Amino acid sequence: MADKVILLDFWPSPFGVRARIALREKGVEFEYREENLRDKSPLLLQMNPVYKKIPVLIHNGKPVCESMNVVQYIDEVWSDKNPILPSDPYQRAQARFWVDFVDTKLYEPADKIWQTKGEEQETAKKEYIEALKILESELGDKPYFGGDTFGFVDIAMTGYYSWFEASEKLANFSIEPECPTLMASAKRCLQRESVVKSLHDSEKILAFAYKIRKIYCV
Amino acid sequence: MANEVILLDFWPSMFGMRTRIALREKGVEFEYREEDLRNKSPLLLQMNPIHKKIPVLIHNGKPVNESIIQVQYIDEVWSHKNPILPSDPYQRAQARFWADFIDKKLYDAQRKVWATKGGEQEAGKKDFIEILKTLESELGDKPYFGGDDFGYVDIALIGFYTWFPAYEKFANFSIESEVPKLIAWVKKCLQRESVAKSLPDPEKVTEFVSELRKKFVPE
Repeated sequence: MADKVILLDFWPSPFGVRARIALREKGVEFEYREENLRDKSPLLLQMNPVYKKIPVLIHNGKPVCESMNVVQYIDEVWSDKNPILPSDPYQRAQARFWVDFVDTKLYEPADKIWQTKGEEQETAKKEYIEALKILESELGDKPYFGGDTFGFVDIAMTGYYSWFEASEKLANFSIEPECPTLMASAKRCLQRESVVKSLHDSEKILAFAYKIRKIYCV
Repeated sequence: MANEVILLDFWPSMFGMRTRIALREKGVEFEYREEDLRNKSPLLLQMNPIHKKIPVLIHNGKPVNESIIQVQYIDEVWSHKNPILPSDPYQRAQARFWADFIDKKLYDAQRKVWATKGGEQEAGKKDFIEILKTLESELGDKPYFGGDDFGYVDIALIGFYTWFPAYEKFANFSIESEVPKLIAWVKKCLQRESVAKSLPDPEKVTEFVSELRKKFVPE
């Protein structure tokens, strides 16, 4: 049976980006469906009744939810090319640990940077940079978090890399002087074909961020 | 080289319980070391510098942190017996989803139940019950979350049971009357040797929570 793969997504989402990249890394043909988050489709509500969020991967009619869960699933199903997780159990545990760190420590400050202003935004900025510095320390001299090859943690981070420029403009700071080697790795990731095809340009993301700030009355 | 496995843990931790159960499911010999969380050992701080939390699994000197990651690691290293995650990728994705749901939703909700009072506690209690009902609905008629075999989601959830009497005592409600099928599942899990050996006596946990509650809710 031919594989039918649908991705329910929202174009600026740093989480949706992860699923798109993973599918393209594996050369999987998929149908991208844009969701209007203020008017979610019946399909989205049916396929992700617990969280009602994107991205949702629908593979031959069956849903997989939560972005890094989707990435692991894609890696396991289309295991013949471009492995995303390493094969060694210890390295896999380290990759999972750092993805968990990214999702618990970057998420809130990143959100607060574009949802708030003044002192609250300053605090968020500091926390964000602190978390990025820890990640940079973990990256060390490696071209990618995965070592020589683009992998699980790099995919998780690329969603945030796509928002770097917008975050810098919104909170008036520059990430590169704080985290130069992380930025070098980010640039490397952002040039990858699967990433280029999966991202919208940073101008569009910035325009979207300003729009959202108006809604939050910032 | 012989496997050296050390677990840095804290006896009432529902997260530590997961790792204990997984190790016992696989028949892995390990050294259990009790941490005093008010005076963390240099080894803990060295092996988990980022979060400084238990449990920490140290395998031949190398640390693995975060309980749910440890369970996956244990399953992958000692893959010869009692598989914890299913082999089918779709079933694995479902198992991961539900373990992640427990981590995202249940922990914060249960904390409100024992660490707060008044309106905040009532709201926490409502959330907590709703989350348990969602889990009960996911369990359905299956003996375990994964189906016929005890597995990943069962391991992720079962430790919370030892805190149930504490929740019931401090928020004045009966969990069994809200989620009877889930309690039936608990009883089945408790018959499993790995679980029975890894879970503390809920009465002792209640005493512990009682003391802890005093710090958050001065009476």
